[in-house]
Amino acid sequence: MTANGWLQIIVYFVVLTALVLPLGRFMARVFEGERTLLSPVLRPVEIGLYRLAGVDATREQHCISYTIAMLVFNAAGFALVYALQRFQAVLPLNPAGMSAVAPDLAFNTAVSFTSNTNWQNYGGESTMSYLTQMAALTTQNFVSAATGIALVIALVRAFARTSAKTVGNFWVDLTRCTLYVLLPLAVLGALVLVWQGVPQNIGPYVDATTLEGAKQTLSQGPAASQIAIKQLGTNGGGFWSANSSVPYENPTPLSNFLQMLSILLIPAALTLTFGRMVRDERQGWALYAAMSAIFLAGVALCYWAESYGNTNFAALGLDPANMEGKEVRFGIANSSLWAVATTAASNGSVNAMHDSFTPLGGMIPIIMMQLGEIIYGGVGSGLYGMLLMVIVAVFVAGLMVGRTPEYLGKKIEAKEVKMALLAILVLPLFMLGFPAVAVLLPFGLSSMQDAGPHGFSEVLYLYTSQTANNGSAFAGFTGNTLWYNTTGGIAMLFGRYFVIIPMMAVAGSLVAKKTVPASAGTFPTHGGLFVGLLVGVILIIGGLTFFPALALGPVAEHFAMLTKSTF
Amino acid sequence: MQSTQVRKRVPVSALLDPKIVWPAIVSAFVKLDPRLMIRNPVMFVVEVVAALTTVVFVRELVSGSPGLGFTFQIILWLWTTVLFANFAEAIAEGRGKAQADSLRRQRTQTQAKLMTGSGRDYRSVPSTSLKVGDIVLVAAGDTIPSDGEVIEGIASVNEAAITGESAPVIRESGGDRSAVTGGTQVLSDSIRVRITAAPGSTFLDRMIHLVEGAERQKTPNEIALNILLAGMTIIFVFATATIPSFANYAGGTISVVVVVALFVTLIPTTIGALLSAIGIAGMDRLVRFNVLAMSGRAVEASGDVDTLLLDKTGTITLGNRQATEFKPLRGVSEQELADAAQLASLADETPEGRSIVVLAKEKYGIRGRDLNELDAHFIPFTAQSRMSGVEVGGSWVRKGAVDAVLGLLKAPAASSQATALALQPAVSAETVRETNAIAEAIAKSGGTPLAVAKDGRLLGIVQLKDVIKGGIRERFVELRRMGIRTIMITGDNPMTAAAIAAEAGVDDFLAQATPEDKLRLIRDEQAKGRLVAMCGDGTNDAPALAQADVGVAMNTGTQAAREAGNMVDLDSNPTKLIEIVEIGKQLLMTRGSLTTFSIANDVAKYFAIIPAMFLAFYPQLAALNIMNLASPQSAILSAIIFNALIIVALIPLALKGVAYRPIGAAPLLRRNLLIYGVGGLVVPFIGIKAIDLAVTAIGLV
Repeated sequence: MTANGWLQIIVYFVVLTALVLPLGRFMARVFEGERTLLSPVLRPVEIGLYRLAGVDATREQHCISYTIAMLVFNAAGFALVYALQRFQAVLPLNPAGMSAVAPDLAFNTAVSFTSNTNWQNYGGESTMSYLTQMAALTTQNFVSAATGIALVIALVRAFARTSAKTVGNFWVDLTRCTLYVLLPLAVLGALVLVWQGVPQNIGPYVDATTLEGAKQTLSQGPAASQIAIKQLGTNGGGFWSANSSVPYENPTPLSNFLQMLSILLIPAALTLTFGRMVRDERQGWALYAAMSAIFLAGVALCYWAESYGNTNFAALGLDPANMEGKEVRFGIANSSLWAVATTAASNGSVNAMHDSFTPLGGMIPIIMMQLGEIIYGGVGSGLYGMLLMVIVAVFVAGLMVGRTPEYLGKKIEAKEVKMALLAILVLPLFMLGFPAVAVLLPFGLSSMQDAGPHGFSEVLYLYTSQTANNGSAFAGFTGNTLWYNTTGGIAMLFGRYFVIIPMMAVAGSLVAKKTVPASAGTFPTHGGLFVGLLVGVILIIGGLTFFPALALGPVAEHFAMLTKSTF
Repeated sequence: MQSTQVRKRVPVSALLDPKIVWPAIVSAFVKLDPRLMIRNPVMFVVEVVAALTTVVFVRELVSGSPGLGFTFQIILWLWTTVLFANFAEAIAEGRGKAQADSLRRQRTQTQAKLMTGSGRDYRSVPSTSLKVGDIVLVAAGDTIPSDGEVIEGIASVNEAAITGESAPVIRESGGDRSAVTGGTQVLSDSIRVRITAAPGSTFLDRMIHLVEGAERQKTPNEIALNILLAGMTIIFVFATATIPSFANYAGGTISVVVVVALFVTLIPTTIGALLSAIGIAGMDRLVRFNVLAMSGRAVEASGDVDTLLLDKTGTITLGNRQATEFKPLRGVSEQELADAAQLASLADETPEGRSIVVLAKEKYGIRGRDLNELDAHFIPFTAQSRMSGVEVGGSWVRKGAVDAVLGLLKAPAASSQATALALQPAVSAETVRETNAIAEAIAKSGGTPLAVAKDGRLLGIVQLKDVIKGGIRERFVELRRMGIRTIMITGDNPMTAAAIAAEAGVDDFLAQATPEDKLRLIRDEQAKGRLVAMCGDGTNDAPALAQADVGVAMNTGTQAAREAGNMVDLDSNPTKLIEIVEIGKQLLMTRGSLTTFSIANDVAKYFAIIPAMFLAFYPQLAALNIMNLASPQSAILSAIIFNALIIVALIPLALKGVAYRPIGAAPLLRRNLLIYGVGGLVVPFIGIKAIDLAVTAIGLV
């Protein structure tokens, strides 16, 4: 660990925190339908879009119709992505002559991109045509992100409104999010990336002669536009299969910093949007503080583990710090920070190979995902996941002050607890259930690259990442098999929509409730006490579930490493 | 402050009273019936896995596998865990049953005198055959056969059976004291009663059911908590059921009983075992306070109350106004005024009148005189004259409302009083001004002025004031700290009400309140999302009692009021509303604290069992054995023993409830989090280590 490394981490966090306020307030204005800086340009476009689609922007939806609209929209997106992959061979914009994608892989990829996971069992440059990349994948990068944000806004309205029936209009929220938030930021990001050297073209692949005289084909494509939104929308699906460790995808230290920043930007700012919309910004800051506490602890642990490295190297007279699988240009601090940020948010883009991390260093990303992607989390999904956890925390702690628990003046009763738990239950079921089956089956075991606890970590990581809709991979794993494509697709599907449906049921129940005015008898949910309590509940409920699995994976590997046996 | 009153009725039985413990032990086994267990999902799951492992054990016993001694001990502790949970519930129920039995003795079969036709005839019928609407005659010495309303007559009734209070109370037709309760006894006179309760649903019946917990329904919050506990149980099913497969991958095997042991220690058995005991004990605490809640829902709601409506008289102030000061006019000595006022009040039997006599005696040493000796003639108070007084020989004294007395002095000719009055000169304008100034000052400070005149001369004013109950101000401060607003309800005019409200320290007041005003106030508060509690006794209180979230009816009140409220206070003490709120809060706090404790315990249990489980194939995981437990077997056994024993250890807390302190939500949360959250993390580390030492020392493994 170096002072320079810590400094970079601190600068990163300070800049992130500084951006939360302006972006959070801006988004609140957007979703409250107020005038913003961009309105003069975008308002006519917005109105035109509604007219085109026949949407009555003034009509709000009941929570059930909101959910149904979202599901229909996502199902259509899934069908489009699936179809484009299957027919890409006969469709235009295919200069590299890619053939049709196999059904199981197409299924996995379609679920992956509609669910904002962006798990990739394929290499982009060797599988997808330009049309598929742009019309299917990049489009989903926008709308799956907008879907998540729209949903959380519906939930936030449910907290903010009193005895109401409707939670907003899905089509309006989706349009506003894409138009006012994602598109401007993505255009800005893409331009900066092009400036930093990321390709943005639809030309054929280029042949180059290397210094050794060998011939190398350099793949090309509309990369910058996809990379900007892959980070902003917590998608994470790389244009190239090695993701942001490829110089084309992440050419400079500045591009690295900005990409890391855009990973957490929107999820972090949404906490303030939430605070703003419930008319108490402190509530948003409290959630931001709880998220940041766990995030910074994770970064510190990961950075420490990677710097501490493998003690067996020290015995050989080598630097023990772990540089395996890391880009020399980024180093340990930036790789650790990226790894934790990308798994804390459900982003999944990587600039280093998590599989090569030390056992404990690699465990931190797994834990971040196991907590349910609520440490900032996916755009929208992170905050609604966090709010479900808040409901559980408030329910337990609220009783301790001798009142029926309430949060933001809404009483938390049987229905909310039931639905919050349903959503929370989905995670361990698939994160632990599928690995338990996979390690018993020959075609499950055959995909593993490594033996022992490390091989176990690989399987655990795979299902954890997909269920949590993260999408990053531990690598060292052949994921493109019928078994893993199918089960992974199912895990992503459930991990997304079977959290959303109970979450929206919570919203429907909350929005109809009266708001109880706060008094000295209600415990404040914006102070340090509440933040500490929330962190404790997240770690105990989220963390304890996975203790046995972690003990058999990274923890066992770590203690083995100390006794000079590695995997 | 009510504790002495409470204890008189049913002494709080000692926790280890053998009369309760023995039946509870028997009942713990009876409750193993799965049909009863299923009401408690967490403990039902424990019972199921205990049964399954027992089957596995028996099979292994037949096939003769090794290490059966260890398996046997684990299974034994699994069953013990279930039994301890049942025992906790049975103890709580047992304490209620003791009370129910004493109540049941009152419900012996009685004969009722059912009126027939319209005449004065009656025939004897068993009390159980009475229907709603029947009219019965109850004479001195009879037991009132069922709940009803007095429609004719007045009688003194001994209600000790219900209230524990042996002093008889008056029940009469009409008015607010018309309700009678079955099982109570008429001591004098006879009354006619219209029966208002069907057999089996009388007040006494409901009371028996309540204290027995026989028809205990889960309250909304209890249901929500059960869902949380069930959800956490399912999460731990996923966490533990996948372990054998993972272990198999790692090249080891884990026996079913060890997985079950981990599972049972992880799921929230502590709170699961104590949850119903907490609920029953909460009800029980209310009953000990002589308050009957018609549903557990009401008890819970009382913890949530945001606004308390309190009647001024009897709750905030002592029942009656008292004289506090004599204010003479210029040129009159206090002594002279006090003497005249006392003389006028000697025959006045009202509490106000008596307080004047007492004040004069205490302040000026003027002793009461015998009216007969003085040959005085007492003039009683009437609504028309609004004065009372006395005439001794040629002299007279009047005391009364200021304007009435002034009127008497100003217009002697119009007066129908003694002719001597006509000889007196009219009162001067300046005296009127001075009098009015004093009267106004008194009214502003919340008092009532009484003018005193003697022989046509205005002497001065007696100040009558409401006396605020001792300690009530502090109670309101406590309530405010807990976020509860107090609103005083009074029939006084706004000026007086404001002064008393300020003196008592209530947050708000409703002056010149009519029943409609009360109802409107409750609705307004509820529309703002607040929960409202109030108490009342009269029939005109019934709508407000029904509208309030917590309506406490006084037992002395009318049947209508008792039906409308969701609690009945047998002592008819309106101050108790405050205690009821505290009991409701305590109930919720106990649940939350034990849930937190239960969940926090899991950390230590993991550190005990996980290294022990995987040691055979990953020896390096011994590093996780931070408690340094002796062996894998002793570690697992210690964890499950701790898990069972902690239930028994916490039974007293579950029954007594977590200590309530009016310190505001944030400090309260910090305190309870520290005790039950941090404590819940630390205690099991110590406990498991201690048990491990004991287990190893005895040589159980």
